[in-house]
Amino acid sequence: MLSLEDKLDMYRKMYLIRTFEERAEELYMEGKIWGTFHLYVGEEAVAVGACYALRADDYITSTHRGHGHCIAKGADVKRMMAELLARDTGYCHGLGGSMHIADVEKGNLGATGIVGSGIPIATGAALGCKLQNNDKVVLCFFGDGAANTGAFHESVNMAAIFRLPVVFVCENNMYAMSFSVKKAFALPDIAERAKGYGIPGVSIDGNNVLEMYETTKVAVERARQGEGPTFIEARTYRWKGHSKSDRQSYRTKEEVREWMSKDPIKFLEKYLREEKVGEEELENIKKQVERDIEEAINFALESPEPTLEEARRMVYA
Amino acid sequence: MPNREITYAEALREAIREEMKKDPKVFLLGEDIGIYGGSFGVTQGLIEEFGPERVIDTPISEIAIIGGATGAALVGMRPIAEIMFFDFMTIGSDQLVNQAAKIHFMFGGKAKVPMVVRAPAGSGTGAAGHHSGSLESWFAHVPGLKVVAPSTSYDAKGLLKSAIRDDNPVVFVEHKLLYKTKGQVPEEEYYIPIGKAEIKKEGKDATVIGYSIMIPRALEASKILAQEGIDIEVVDIRSLRPLDTDTIARSVKKTNRAMVVYEPPRFGGFGAEISAWVGEELFDYLDAPVVRLGGEEMPPPYNPNLERKIVPQIEDIVREIKKLVG
Repeated sequence: MLSLEDKLDMYRKMYLIRTFEERAEELYMEGKIWGTFHLYVGEEAVAVGACYALRADDYITSTHRGHGHCIAKGADVKRMMAELLARDTGYCHGLGGSMHIADVEKGNLGATGIVGSGIPIATGAALGCKLQNNDKVVLCFFGDGAANTGAFHESVNMAAIFRLPVVFVCENNMYAMSFSVKKAFALPDIAERAKGYGIPGVSIDGNNVLEMYETTKVAVERARQGEGPTFIEARTYRWKGHSKSDRQSYRTKEEVREWMSKDPIKFLEKYLREEKVGEEELENIKKQVERDIEEAINFALESPEPTLEEARRMVYA
Repeated sequence: MPNREITYAEALREAIREEMKKDPKVFLLGEDIGIYGGSFGVTQGLIEEFGPERVIDTPISEIAIIGGATGAALVGMRPIAEIMFFDFMTIGSDQLVNQAAKIHFMFGGKAKVPMVVRAPAGSGTGAAGHHSGSLESWFAHVPGLKVVAPSTSYDAKGLLKSAIRDDNPVVFVEHKLLYKTKGQVPEEEYYIPIGKAEIKKEGKDATVIGYSIMIPRALEASKILAQEGIDIEVVDIRSLRPLDTDTIARSVKKTNRAMVVYEPPRFGGFGAEISAWVGEELFDYLDAPVVRLGGEEMPPPYNPNLERKIVPQIEDIVREIKKLVG
């Protein structure tokens, strides 16, 4: 059972993700962040709810839209921001950037730029855990787009037949870049795919952090007890463009507005108010988060860049 | 002839449009090539012009995109598949390397696979390890595939038109940093044969052999070197396979010094093939060993300074040529 403290912590984490993303976007517009990245704004409840169902020593695999997963699994936003700013103090010494943030110590086996490529890795990690009999579970985040890759099919089937301790969390944010799920699937619910692999599948509201937690909790326990994988389709929405170069000609402003009215943070805020949490407490959490992010930005800006010699040493273990 | 300048991306689009108008068998498939217009805008407007039956948006399914193109080609179509980033070619490469490339041979010449796979390659955009690859050397190693990597708008259009008409699978390498570069392209139709190099600048002191983004860099380097009295010849091979060794030979026999420049890691990169060929066939004409200027032996790093450092730049070409000629 989640205590009120837990729920306040979930709120803090969701707001931390939102603020991290919004400030990162501003830094990009100011020309301080290079390249491109994929923002998680609007999807915060999926990562926070799912990761809350894990133990600290469990693993996750992430995606190209991975900042939220990373924060939810307990990453230090200083080192994340430093990575986005290509600094030596970043999680990947500035060599990986946004799309490759990994926080292995905290069990985050990394983001990936190749859609679907985390699914075999999660399956393999679960196999490794099973072989080591270490009682750990792997939670695999991927998107609706990844569910149409060949990697998905091979991996979910293998995880199912080997009864591996892995939970597949499909973040259905309604679009694979510009390609709507309505066009990409002949099924109404992606979770129906689970039937074809002989594993449980469920479609839930990914903007409801509590439902996200409860559903994942059941799946994680099932996995930990050796009963195999579960497929969770978490329905959510990406508020921002796919990446930094998206004109968003494939969706309407009305649709975006409609989903923004289902803000996962506002949803939890409403719940907490009903639980008699005062405005001041919520405000204090927000202010602390905002201070943490500013501190992270300053840390990143003051950090040195990696050298070529250092990069050369990273090629082989 | 009316002179007009268009971008490399526009030139590619013109080639596709002209061939689609001419031949109903030509169609496109790939990710986000419809209303989105392709991740680098090459196919913008084509779905409006030709409709969703000939400009087919697919799910994220590279195996089925390349394999699907192979199958459609096998039954008489002329597909152009777009792979969003060259790095993703690895996902569909079983279909390309084991199927498309070998079918004509394995079936004893009884079937052919006329298809083009286009993909944006190269670093320089801060896209890090999974979106910055230059894997053209891998595909140039495969008998049965043709590999083309144009450096100008003019070449991009003429070569893509030939690639679409070709009866073999052609891998079309488009460097991301070239898409917005402009060049003269005539209004009237033309084709550039695959497998023909072009001397982009004549010179007498040394030959620089390269392709794609390295050609504009070599041409910039030539201007700097000219100020110091060094006159280089720049050979743009344009096609990696088949390779136009005649043009390379003519140039090296004249200058007696050769440098190969390429973006992928130096070790085992395509420049090594050119270097080996020049060393074997033109040994008697060389006044110095062939210089091989390639990328660093590492995946593309995210940090912008490092990203730039690991790929040959204008100043690297200048420095190495000075050593070669000096």
